[in-house]
Amino acid sequence: MASVRGMANQIPLVDYLVLGDAPHLTARECTACGARFFDRRNACASCSGTEFHTVAVGTDGEVKAFTIVTFAAPGVPVPFVSAIVDCGGTSVRGNIINVEPTPEHVSLGMKVRLATYLIGTDDNGTEAIGFGFEPN
Amino acid sequence: MSDPIWILGIHMTKFGKYPDLDTVDLASQAALAALKDGGVSMKDMGVLAAGCLMASNAGIGQQLQKQIGQTGIPVYNVANACATGATALRTAIMAVKSGEVDMGLAVGVEKLAGAGLLGAGGRPKSDKNEWNPSGRYGAVTSTDGRIGTDSMPGVFAQVGMEYGHKYGGTSFELFAKISEKNHAHSTLNPLAAYTKRMTLEEIMNDVMIAYPNTRPMCSANCDGAAAAVVVSDAKLKTLSLEQQRRAIKVSASVLTSDPYEEGCQVLPNVNTLTRNAVKLAYEQAGIGPSDLDLVELHDCFATAELVHYDNLMLCEEGGAVDFFNSGATWRDGGTPVNVSGGLESKGHPIAATGIANIWEVCHHLRGEAGDRQIEGAKVGLAHVIGLGSACGVHILERSGL
Ligand SMILES: [Zn+2]
Repeated sequence: MASVRGMANQIPLVDYLVLGDAPHLTARECTACGARFFDRRNACASCSGTEFHTVAVGTDGEVKAFTIVTFAAPGVPVPFVSAIVDCGGTSVRGNIINVEPTPEHVSLGMKVRLATYLIGTDDNGTEAIGFGFEPN
Repeated sequence: MSDPIWILGIHMTKFGKYPDLDTVDLASQAALAALKDGGVSMKDMGVLAAGCLMASNAGIGQQLQKQIGQTGIPVYNVANACATGATALRTAIMAVKSGEVDMGLAVGVEKLAGAGLLGAGGRPKSDKNEWNPSGRYGAVTSTDGRIGTDSMPGVFAQVGMEYGHKYGGTSFELFAKISEKNHAHSTLNPLAAYTKRMTLEEIMNDVMIAYPNTRPMCSANCDGAAAAVVVSDAKLKTLSLEQQRRAIKVSASVLTSDPYEEGCQVLPNVNTLTRNAVKLAYEQAGIGPSDLDLVELHDCFATAELVHYDNLMLCEEGGAVDFFNSGATWRDGGTPVNVSGGLESKGHPIAATGIANIWEVCHHLRGEAGDRQIEGAKVGLAHVIGLGSACGVHILERSGL
């Protein structure tokens, strides 16, 4: 019961992150051509279709590009690892977390899986939950 | 095939710091010098296209006119990220090509000296401590640094790393070597913001900004302006022999945006629009990559230069690493790239860049590049990428007169 009550007080960092027992990302998939997007859509950038449905994106992936950011805008804690992760054919942007942010510990082709973490709690007691990818 | 368009006059200011001049001063300097270089005046211009990205709502074109000549001609103020200068030039070229005017002026200017990191930031966190979803992703707080990076050095680092993942052979050292080349080239360019030769060790041991890009591997923020006068073929024929001799033929002028591909809204794809642009440019010019005597390409970061060897088809697909390691892109190689020093040392006053790189190529084609002259240069290519994205490619040839 505690976990259910806890979940009621959580909010995802972005609306395409689904929390709960099996956290995962969702995408808006174009019904006509299958192109996937993470943002609010007006139409499809690939085929201009206007019908979308929500699909779950796989939580396992492979790092296809990364950088270790050591100098960022004010307020952005550094260092962190930014990456593009290929999740079963869908490219996802996210940080590599639960790993030392050094070139020795992150590599191209590295297998990773989605993980969530607490960003912070607001005055209402609501926890904001973020996501990243950790070594699998 | 339609009659060619020519660059009649062109100029770039020295890039660097101008604490006592504003963008209008710098734009005026470049414009007046380009007009003088072409032996014409504002009264001859039928159109003005101008850009200043950081003040893109300020009407830099009209402000410039108020300094150097309010002749009442149409002004197009353009903004297209780092391709703003190339877009201004292309706008003037299109106006001449359409037959509406026979001469046009394009100007790009920026003041960036002392500017920090570009691209990053996002929205500030609200003072009231409450999570409220907003924006296109329903985010409850800033995502920069939490869901990847918005910073330009980081985005372009990933672009280079993605190439490495696809084809192999990349390393921190390889990317640093590209920067070493451009810094070495810059020592011959008196107009570059930075002209210090740097060793590979110095580059690799400098401040890391976004792995694998250290500070000298990033484009240098600075002030500067560049301007070009374009003229129709028919009008050029009425001008002096000397003007005709120094005129540079615009053999191709292309602007593209990024077509949809999987992942392109997750990490900007700077590859396909460049390849699309250059294919069309080679076709328009009737030449191939092997005909190029020099290339100025958009090395906003060392990691970007590598992928553009491939995108501009200077090497075989997937062969950029071997191509660079062969020494081909050094000034004494088969395809000299960024003999100006590139954005990493010459500097990157954003809206000026897309005309300044054309100035560099024209300078060599006219045989006026002094110590850094590429001997006998007949054909050159200039490329810019504005993230978002826009790609400008121009192929230029000397008159042969
Ligand atoms: Zn579609």
